[in-house]
Amino acid sequence: MAKYVGYKRPKDTKKALKNLLRYLGFHKWLLLFVAALVTVSSGANIFGTYMIKPVINDYALTGDVPGLIRVLIFMGALYGCGVLATFGYNRLMVHTAQKVVSEIRRDLFDHVQTLPLSYFDAHTHGELMSRFTNDVDTVQEALNGSFAMLIQSFLMLTGTIAMLLVLSPRLSVVVIAFLLLMFLLIRFNGKRSKKYFNRQQAALASINGFVEEMVAGQKVEKVFNHEKQDLEEFCRRNEALRQASTKALTYSGMMVPTNVSLSYVNYAVSACVGGIFALTGLMDLGSLASYLVYVRQSAMPLNQFTQQANFLLSALSGAERIFDLMEEAPEIDEGDVTLKNVRVTEAGGLEECEEETGRFAWKVPKEEGADGGQDACLVPLRGDVRFYDVVFGYVPERKILDGISLFAKPGQKIAFVGSTGAGKTTIINLINRFYEIQSGRIDYDGIDIRRIRKPDLRRSLSMVIQDTHLFTGTIADNIRYGRLDASEEEVLEAAKIANADSFIRRLPDGYRTMLYGDGSNLSQGQRQLLAIARAAVSRPPVLILDEATSSIDTRTERLIEKGMDRLMEDRTVFVIAHRLSTVRNSRAIMVLEKGTIIERGSHEELLEQKGRYYQLYTGQFELE
Amino acid sequence: MLRRLFSYMKQYTIYAYLAMFCVMVECVFELVIPLIMADMVDVGVANGDRAYIFEKGELMVFCALLSLLLGMGSAKFSAICGQGMGANLREAEYRKLQSFSFSNIDRFRISSLITRLTSDVTVIQNSVSTGIRPVCRAPVMMVMAVGASFVIDRKLAVIFLVALPALGIMLFGIVSRVRPLYTRMQTAIDLVNRIVQENLTAIRVVKAYVREDYEKAKFEEANGNLQGQSERAFRLSALNMPAMQLVMYSTILAILWFGGGRVGVGDLQVGELTGFLSYVLQVLNSLMMISNVFMMLTRSMASGRRILEVMDESVEITDEGARPVRVERGDIRFEHVYFKYRTNAEEYVLSDINLDIKAGQTVGIIGQTGAAKTTLVSLIPRLYQASRGCVYVDGVPVQDYPLVHLRDAVAMVLQKNTLFSGTVRDNLRWGKEDAAQEEIEEACRIACADEFIGRLENGYDTQLGQGGVNVSGGQKQRLCIARAILKSPKVLILDDSTSAVDTATEARIREGLAQKLPRMTKIIIAQRISSVRHADQIVILDNGRIDQTGTHEELLASNRIYQEIYRSQQEGGLL
Repeated sequence: MAKYVGYKRPKDTKKALKNLLRYLGFHKWLLLFVAALVTVSSGANIFGTYMIKPVINDYALTGDVPGLIRVLIFMGALYGCGVLATFGYNRLMVHTAQKVVSEIRRDLFDHVQTLPLSYFDAHTHGELMSRFTNDVDTVQEALNGSFAMLIQSFLMLTGTIAMLLVLSPRLSVVVIAFLLLMFLLIRFNGKRSKKYFNRQQAALASINGFVEEMVAGQKVEKVFNHEKQDLEEFCRRNEALRQASTKALTYSGMMVPTNVSLSYVNYAVSACVGGIFALTGLMDLGSLASYLVYVRQSAMPLNQFTQQANFLLSALSGAERIFDLMEEAPEIDEGDVTLKNVRVTEAGGLEECEEETGRFAWKVPKEEGADGGQDACLVPLRGDVRFYDVVFGYVPERKILDGISLFAKPGQKIAFVGSTGAGKTTIINLINRFYEIQSGRIDYDGIDIRRIRKPDLRRSLSMVIQDTHLFTGTIADNIRYGRLDASEEEVLEAAKIANADSFIRRLPDGYRTMLYGDGSNLSQGQRQLLAIARAAVSRPPVLILDEATSSIDTRTERLIEKGMDRLMEDRTVFVIAHRLSTVRNSRAIMVLEKGTIIERGSHEELLEQKGRYYQLYTGQFELE
Repeated sequence: MLRRLFSYMKQYTIYAYLAMFCVMVECVFELVIPLIMADMVDVGVANGDRAYIFEKGELMVFCALLSLLLGMGSAKFSAICGQGMGANLREAEYRKLQSFSFSNIDRFRISSLITRLTSDVTVIQNSVSTGIRPVCRAPVMMVMAVGASFVIDRKLAVIFLVALPALGIMLFGIVSRVRPLYTRMQTAIDLVNRIVQENLTAIRVVKAYVREDYEKAKFEEANGNLQGQSERAFRLSALNMPAMQLVMYSTILAILWFGGGRVGVGDLQVGELTGFLSYVLQVLNSLMMISNVFMMLTRSMASGRRILEVMDESVEITDEGARPVRVERGDIRFEHVYFKYRTNAEEYVLSDINLDIKAGQTVGIIGQTGAAKTTLVSLIPRLYQASRGCVYVDGVPVQDYPLVHLRDAVAMVLQKNTLFSGTVRDNLRWGKEDAAQEEIEEACRIACADEFIGRLENGYDTQLGQGGVNVSGGQKQRLCIARAILKSPKVLILDDSTSAVDTATEARIREGLAQKLPRMTKIIIAQRISSVRHADQIVILDNGRIDQTGTHEELLASNRIYQEIYRSQQEGGLL
């Protein structure tokens, strides 16, 4: 049956094919085996059909019953092999396809995990999602069916053409000319189709965009009684899509009937020419009859071959997009300093150990050439963060942060205040190396953070980010995300610190309540409380709170405060807050504007300065 | 379900019939052409009649052209009816979506609603467009081929009576067993997609907590499960091919055995026997086609089901029982109102709310996160329906008003507000479609939005990106307020709508509303006490109950919650 296909073609077919073959590499012998089985299966089919004539002429007509039995048993055996081969290659192909696709999917996912955040900033989720869904799907479908079908139809096509040539080379000129014509027509049609499919794609994108925006803003639509206008707009785009897609499908749908009709014409012409040949004695009647059967047969594999080739091409273009993504450079991580559990030796020194001690130290390998017996030294983890003249921009030309220097000693609370876009979130994203600084240096316990292995660096920081994200799973699972081996008591304790315990207990299943779809069944404030609990359960020495309480009312915030104070004890804390009440007890407050620190000092000092902070505090300036 | 989906074909139904007609007639040619050919060889060539050969040849070309015409027709007609049906379906679904009340919207996830409206419909319309041909062709071919073989030789045709049901049963067995496997596979796909989706949105959390390996393990499990499920489904459906070959080959052998013997004794012509064999292929091929169509249908049914789920969602709030009344003043009264989001939920979100608001009053509502402040005000424009008790506007129960009139009179600035792509003016005109420039400017002045709009590069013609991404939070809130004022409503509800606006500007907005629109009832939900302290009455909401109502002074003197909030903000410099 004609299948809906977008006629996408890969830009670099060879490369995509090579990459795909690399994946198949592990299963290459399986594929060869499949090809062999397909050959057996098609061979049985072709040869079986060929046998019919001798069966009738040599045995049926002569009444040779034992001979007939013998030849039928032979045919039966042949056909049996064919059926078994068909069964075998189908099964093998399904297995191979699923295995390969699942490997591709896994590698894709694993690779996406290693990509730097800048990649996610530059690409929409929909775009990345489509690699996992649409593109993987087309590859799967092609492997599932097209590969075997392609071999089969190719064999059938060449077999049939060979038979035609054997039966009558002269007559075959006509047939091959027609087959060539059909082939060209298919290609031509495919190109035109592509144009219409592109238009359809554009119309589809337009309606998708509209629907996305309207569904997201549906509540506003209702509040404003705006349904009528939106419906009109929807109908306009819907009609455009209908027209474009009708055209596209008309074209692709015409392909098969056109070819069928052409093959009739081919059939008629061959019959006429063949008839004349027979009359002039160039061909005998029997040969003409079987010749025409083959002519009739030749159209189907050609159709199939081009169709499958199309599927395969669009699968290759899907594969190309997948492999492009896999070739994206992962986050740079050239660090060699690692985070280790340590215990204090009797002599008062530190000693690396396997078990959890709750104490950590950086293991710094000695530079090469340095003397000393040990090859590495241990630096205790304290949470001392220093910025030296840091410059950063998401794109090199546009500096977001310029000349930032600051010192956060263990146990200090440092706050950032400033309007949206001043660079507050950017600063803290540099500490855990979500982004790479352009110049300057950031030291963590005296070690340049570029020397620290990224996973170890991040394990030493605990972060509550601006947008809360929850995962499908129970509430307890989500809190435990901060530390996977946290016991139930520790989860409970963390929830209490975040003042989330009371609302969790009121949920139908308490801590075992399932959350779905990013926790959409919780209010924004409740989700933030969970994110704080998540940070509380992981207990590294540095805590980063980026607008962690923005959706929590001031009274609840006060209730959390006590717990938070406990949480922040002995920890270096970086706080970003819109509400100045959240930051006023900080050791130092940095007021940021346009990427530079314009004021710094304690709450009281800043108020005395009567500068920007004072304006903000007294409500004379809008924080946006 | 199929019938229901097909009922959306409506004006395109005629094209479906036309397409079917074309396909069926085309099939006839497929059978006629070989007959003409046989005639040409048997009569023309045998008699050496060139004229006859060419005559038949021309006839065949003529038939081929006719069948080309029919084929193109069938392609065009099936495209028209399939895509037309898709368009109808999409429109009907969109209309249905528009009729949803807030509680309906809450039940579906936004991403799932979008899929149901886009890719699910695409699957259906393409199955129709491409499915008509095989669906019509297969039975016609089968009936004709079986008929023809009975005409040729009744006794030999009996073989079909064995072969057909045998293959039929096998295919049916496969298809019916594959169906549940496909469903399970779909669940496995959904799970994989969900994990990917969650990882993409929460990538910062994953990276911050160094949970890459944990996520990989999670994905690996789901991925392995998907591999297993789809292998099982596809393995079974791949049995189609060998089953078909098995029956086809057996039939050929049987025909050769029974027919061959009879040819030997002269009971059967050789031509008849070969003719018979060619029909075998045709009959079994069409059966195969039917089973393929069923496979495809099974998969598109999942999409159909998802679409119908939207269609079948019962809309909770309708105009049923509405009288032609309009809101005149803007008095609001709550009488023993209870509310819960789901009828089977255990606890009420709002309990025993009694509230009396006079037209023109300003009322502040304050309370903790999750105290149900938003829920309370949503009952006034009937975005949700009270579970017990009644909300009155101008002394008339809200359900007596037609929704359009009620919502025109009650403007609400939502907490989670949305601006749409288009210019600033386009967005403001949501409030009033034909608003003049003066009206727009006046509304913006009241909302204190005029100052920053003036600073925008193109003023009112500045393009806002989707969701209003190129204005700041505070600016967005002021635009939303202006948009609501343009409606010139009797009641204005501001749900935490000035949280990102500085206190000084907020005060000016409050004054503007009081002076320019004195008769409008104003309900203000806020976090900051400064936003509500001047209100005529302040409602303290705690856990879905009204703790106390009163003026700022009264509450400060007697209400514990209010005192706590006041203190927390006093220290924080918010007052």
